[in-house]
Amino acid sequence: MSAVQQALAGVKVAEFGAYAAGPHIGKMLATFGATVVHVESRSRPDGFRLEYPPYKDGRTGVDRSGCFAIFNDSKRAVTLDLKNEAGVALARQLIGWSDIVIENMRPDVMARLGLGYEEACALRPGIVMISSCNMGQTGPRAQTPGFGSQLSSLSGFCGLTGSPDGPPQLLYGPYIDFIASTLGASAVLAGLDRQRRTGQGALIDLAQYESGLMFIAGSMLDYHRDGVVAERASNRDPNAAPHDAYRCRDGQWLVLSCWSDAEFARLAGMIGMPGLADDARFATLGARQANETELSELIGKWSVGRDASEAATLLQAIQVHAYPVNTIADLFDDPQLGYRRTWRRRRHGAVGDLACYFSAFDLSDVPGDVTGAAPTLGADNEYVFRELVGLSCEQYADYQGLGAFE
Amino acid sequence: MFSAYRVLDVSNRIGWLAGRLLADLGADVIRVEAPGVSIDSADWQAYHVNKRLLRLDLGTVEGRCTFDQLIAKADILIESSQLGEANARYFEWTRLKKVNPRLVQVSVTPFGREGPRAGWLASDLELMAAGGAMSLAGEPDGPPTRVTVPQSYGWAGGQAAVGAVTAIVHRTATGLGQRVDVSAQSAVILASSHAAAFWDMNGTNPTRCGAYLTGRSIKGARYRAFWPCSDGYLNFIVYGGPAGRRTNSQLVEWMRERKAALGALDGTDWKRFDPKLATQEQVDELEQPIAEFFLTLTKREFLEEASRREMLGYPVSTIADIAHDPQLAARDFWQDMPRADGSVQRHCGSYAIIDGVRPPLRHAAGEEVGLDALMDEFGAGPQLRSMVKPERQFL
Repeated sequence: MSAVQQALAGVKVAEFGAYAAGPHIGKMLATFGATVVHVESRSRPDGFRLEYPPYKDGRTGVDRSGCFAIFNDSKRAVTLDLKNEAGVALARQLIGWSDIVIENMRPDVMARLGLGYEEACALRPGIVMISSCNMGQTGPRAQTPGFGSQLSSLSGFCGLTGSPDGPPQLLYGPYIDFIASTLGASAVLAGLDRQRRTGQGALIDLAQYESGLMFIAGSMLDYHRDGVVAERASNRDPNAAPHDAYRCRDGQWLVLSCWSDAEFARLAGMIGMPGLADDARFATLGARQANETELSELIGKWSVGRDASEAATLLQAIQVHAYPVNTIADLFDDPQLGYRRTWRRRRHGAVGDLACYFSAFDLSDVPGDVTGAAPTLGADNEYVFRELVGLSCEQYADYQGLGAFE
Repeated sequence: MFSAYRVLDVSNRIGWLAGRLLADLGADVIRVEAPGVSIDSADWQAYHVNKRLLRLDLGTVEGRCTFDQLIAKADILIESSQLGEANARYFEWTRLKKVNPRLVQVSVTPFGREGPRAGWLASDLELMAAGGAMSLAGEPDGPPTRVTVPQSYGWAGGQAAVGAVTAIVHRTATGLGQRVDVSAQSAVILASSHAAAFWDMNGTNPTRCGAYLTGRSIKGARYRAFWPCSDGYLNFIVYGGPAGRRTNSQLVEWMRERKAALGALDGTDWKRFDPKLATQEQVDELEQPIAEFFLTLTKREFLEEASRREMLGYPVSTIADIAHDPQLAARDFWQDMPRADGSVQRHCGSYAIIDGVRPPLRHAAGEEVGLDALMDEFGAGPQLRSMVKPERQFL
């Protein structure tokens, strides 16, 4: 825990979310000091606990999932049976305690449970609620179920990845969910800030589909304005050549790109062929694009003689854009990510130490932190409902007797 | 929600989305460009709609003096100066906080403001490589691949917006500004979802798998993700679990209604089908009639019928498909912005619906505001001009 009061200290969040799109919003808030309570039930834990690998040592179990762990560190976990009146009653008390409600169920589910925005406003005036789902809360396809991994196809990303003469390519996991969670976090915090200043609450309807389109907004305008349909083009870019990945001696890949003739001249010098800069086949951007295959072979002959990291360092020293293609394992050894303490090891209640992802940003005066690994299922029932919500010992026992925590 | 705030945006391409998102939330965002810099590209227009444009040359002493006066009255400054660059010292927080201690300075750079590679050059290609995303896209035996339309700038700009608002929440509580340091490389890691957990927990290094889903069958079978249809591709996967069972049953029902050949699908008990246990031969037998059926469908037909049947799966949209999707029209996602020359430009509208309304975009891309008018709006009059003394070493 950081010694200074964190930016979101005192902010109370109830998260009725599962998988990635809801919980990742809560994680970002928790990293900067918000108290985030993740709500599941024992009969239906968060799907990321059970439905997808990895599991520690390959053995399944609700408290062994890496998928769940990576989006839920620094939070509190409670179990409530929302099919049980007593469970719903406690959910309502939790909402009454909170400043923010995050939910990513299908539209109308929260309202059917008696936990929708109107009820939440009555329980806690000025509450900020975000509802995030595939298509948004309205429209002809509002009720369409969907996984983010497939929504990345509907929103253009898969079709824009790969070779022009090959099939579309998968992006890893529910790619678009994290665009939506990022945009959702900015909206929910803006709502919180207004609440703090004016007392006014907000209901935010975030469609994951629409969020994704903000990442291709330029291509959308290109189509609307000029009828241009962007297409997948392997690793090519219209404004740079070379602009590709090259194999290196250590089996790793290196990417590099040249954004001016001068930058290409520096590259040509580095690969021992300074004459290429004046060669009619490569002297201009257009010429380099027209003779791309030939150029790639020449660069590839240089790159296979070096390790990727060494090659990138040599190129950066002469101001050429380059980086080794980090595999996932490499992310744990990357010196720049290490400097930023991107991975923070924290003790998990069931599976030992885990590397938790910190944040893409940090604050100079009140830095964020990972305050603990993801909680085990229902780990904080007593703390949350006794200490935060304020149930007496007897009340807690009564609810327990009624099966509220199942 | 954010209309109480003034934002100055001098970021480079890496940070453009941040200001756009803050503008969509209601902030008054002023984009600063030097006189003569072209603003015609689709990217510039798309990410600067809803902002106003101020032409000001920060390469001159006078321009920087003037800009300091605006900073003194702004709430958020978004900039992208990188270690080693000429303007990095001008944008030092230790200097800026003397100009405006309530300022939230958002620095959006490829690798963050400090560190062994903070000065390295990077475009989208290098950032998608550095953040691990490229290693997971492309054919398994081919090169790592990036999404053709740059993504790292979106990841960085999106995280910058979260950082900006986080710091503003803190300022509302304490009155104090601070610097937000955003690394695009770190932001790109988000694109790889839970992949890092495979390495951390079990020492397995995830790899790219092209157009197929692998790793789901203990017998090594791979599942097709992309299927040719009559006008493009569909994304459909033979899943297990409750949603998969429903999807598979509905697909067979649909094929039966269309009198399509069912092959091995006929008689498959989806309640008992478990993708984890299927062999490649079994998967191929199931997929073959599906492939033939999908060839008879258009993308739009699949989208509408799959939605009606509550099946998982979506078409692989092109930009044109997205532009004409009725779901987006029904939610008023697109907004036509009139321009000074009488033309109309269609933009992605504000990214969220707030209290039942999508906040309208207020400014056409490139809508200019004059310096004097802006100084008046900011309350940066002559009195203030004389109060802020530029520090010569930064000019």
